[in-house]
Amino acid sequence: MLRLEKRAQPDRRLALASPVLAVLATIVAGGLLFAFLGKNPFIAIGTIFWEPLFGEFAFYYRPQLLVKGAPLILIAIGLSLGFRAGIWNIGAEGQYIMGALFGAGAGLAFYPAESPLIFPLMIVAGAFGGFLWAMIPAILKVRFGTNEILVSLMLVYVAEQFLASMSLGLLKNPEGFGFPGSRNLQQYASAHNAEIIAGTGMHWGVVFAFIAVIFAYALLNRHMLGFHIRLTGEAPRAARFAGVNPPRLILFCLGTSGALAGLAGMFEASGPAGVVSIDFNVGYGFTAIIVAFLGRLHPIGILLAGFLMALTYIGGEIAQSNLGLPAAAIQVFQGMLLFFLLAADLLTNFRIRRAVPEAA
Amino acid sequence: MDLTAISPALLVASLMVAATPLLLAAIGELVVERAGVLNLGVEGMMITGAICGFAISVETGSPYIGLIAAALGGAALSLLFALLTQFALANQVASGLALTLFGLGFSALIGQGYVGLKPPSMGRLSIPGLSDLPFFGRVLFGHDPVLYFGLALTLATWIFLRFTRAGLVLRAVGENHDAAHALGYKVVRIRILAILFGGACAGLGGAYISLVRVPQWTEGMTAGIGWIALALVVFASWKPGGLLLGAYLFGGLTVLQLNLQAAGVAIPVEYLAMSPYLITIVVLVFLSSRRSLTPGSLGRIFHASN
Repeated sequence: MLRLEKRAQPDRRLALASPVLAVLATIVAGGLLFAFLGKNPFIAIGTIFWEPLFGEFAFYYRPQLLVKGAPLILIAIGLSLGFRAGIWNIGAEGQYIMGALFGAGAGLAFYPAESPLIFPLMIVAGAFGGFLWAMIPAILKVRFGTNEILVSLMLVYVAEQFLASMSLGLLKNPEGFGFPGSRNLQQYASAHNAEIIAGTGMHWGVVFAFIAVIFAYALLNRHMLGFHIRLTGEAPRAARFAGVNPPRLILFCLGTSGALAGLAGMFEASGPAGVVSIDFNVGYGFTAIIVAFLGRLHPIGILLAGFLMALTYIGGEIAQSNLGLPAAAIQVFQGMLLFFLLAADLLTNFRIRRAVPEAA
Repeated sequence: MDLTAISPALLVASLMVAATPLLLAAIGELVVERAGVLNLGVEGMMITGAICGFAISVETGSPYIGLIAAALGGAALSLLFALLTQFALANQVASGLALTLFGLGFSALIGQGYVGLKPPSMGRLSIPGLSDLPFFGRVLFGHDPVLYFGLALTLATWIFLRFTRAGLVLRAVGENHDAAHALGYKVVRIRILAILFGGACAGLGGAYISLVRVPQWTEGMTAGIGWIALALVVFASWKPGGLLLGAYLFGGLTVLQLNLQAAGVAIPVEYLAMSPYLITIVVLVFLSSRRSLTPGSLGRIFHASN
């Protein structure tokens, strides 16, 4: 029989190795899944991980890595702060939608006026939209002790309905021939989140994602508030003695993650997506949860994990068109990754020993 | 707007149908939480049950085999959760989320071939005389067997938790796992059994949606019912009686909302559709002051060496 023995300290080397282990295990299990679906597992895995980076059309796919990675990283950075402190915002998808609606709404309010001030205003509005949406669970938790997991998740469904209502009503393109969805922001110069350097996929959302990584790194390593976040997660009792103010922490963590998710939504709506419509959200808010864990809730880790996850999205799309691999298979692939990650964490926190048979 | 088109008998009858998936999923989760485990994967297990039940029903032509498959599917997924949280000692919140994300993807993958099909229908209870009674016949004696099973299961769970020794042990494990371990109870084994029961119930609840309530398969069709079931357990203060009340209240709201949509009330459809979620939030706020009723060890990791 095997026996688990708790390590006094989590093993640091294994903590770094476990995401790699989890990715490898996922590739093996994913390969089996693809084989089961009647695809050659080696070709499928190769298509997902190799094709976007070094394949024939890599010049087209590489920029996509930034486009798809940026929202994931932005959202995951925000989530990781809360997750570290045991504050579970799982409604980032809703905050993402609200950010997009607020941002696009602020821009379209000025249509067709052109001004360099419109885009900065949209950024502020987008962040504010997400922030506002995240403040609902935050204030309810602080004031009434309501479970933030359930409230933030419920608000995703509310936001989806609100999105539908807006894209069929207030934000609907008056020249859209009756189709749902807003005006295309890509065709409105002042509100367009255009590529900063053409052909690289580098838009303002990517810049903000990098800033968020640096900001989070500094916060966690160089700032008292970051220390409080880490302390609350690792030793809640000690945190109370150290004078941590839990309500402030809850408001900060949820507010920040909401604002970042809102930013991600706004940049997506005004850039790659262009329009806000009923099917605007594609699940970045949920995938970002996997990104946050895959990055071990560490800013640098999240940066790498975000790009890896973006790779599976892009590779998944290629596999979909080239090999006919169903889109849902990639979703399963990403879900499996989280399973293996959580299982691999066992190794960092526990030592596995062969048990001596018990006497009694 | 024509409110007279809403027939009370049909309203109550469809309320009971709308409440059943919630009741089934929530009764399973109630037992899991009473054993001290917080499984946030209800939504994932429900949607897995929905597709397993649907697919097997269509393939075999028997809704009952489908229901068994749904329960097995839900339980199989919950076994993953059990392995992660009970053996690998992973965080329960994260593991539950993983279950939901995986379940949504897995069900979409299995379900691609089943979009637009019609499942075999399940017969309704029909007792000559009783089922033909005005109002009560339709409301009390005119449903499918699963609905009655849900009610019976709620009653059985109440009896189990309240009057049996095994129920007492389960509650002890949930209230204080260290004390229960010291008394010689197998904490991990009891919890795994509870988790499997929860998974089977959630799977059954999901299959009820795809086989009876809708009945067809669409991706992501549980639309948050699993999460509402989680909220319902809090609403019921971890008591089966409260769960029944909550599920019926909630089913009533859902049906009323749908009827108002159909009757063409002046409120836009989207705002009516968001009402169940908003009401859940309001209910959670009102009940969140009653912390003391929460099982003592809920969500805490148990390791015998600690």
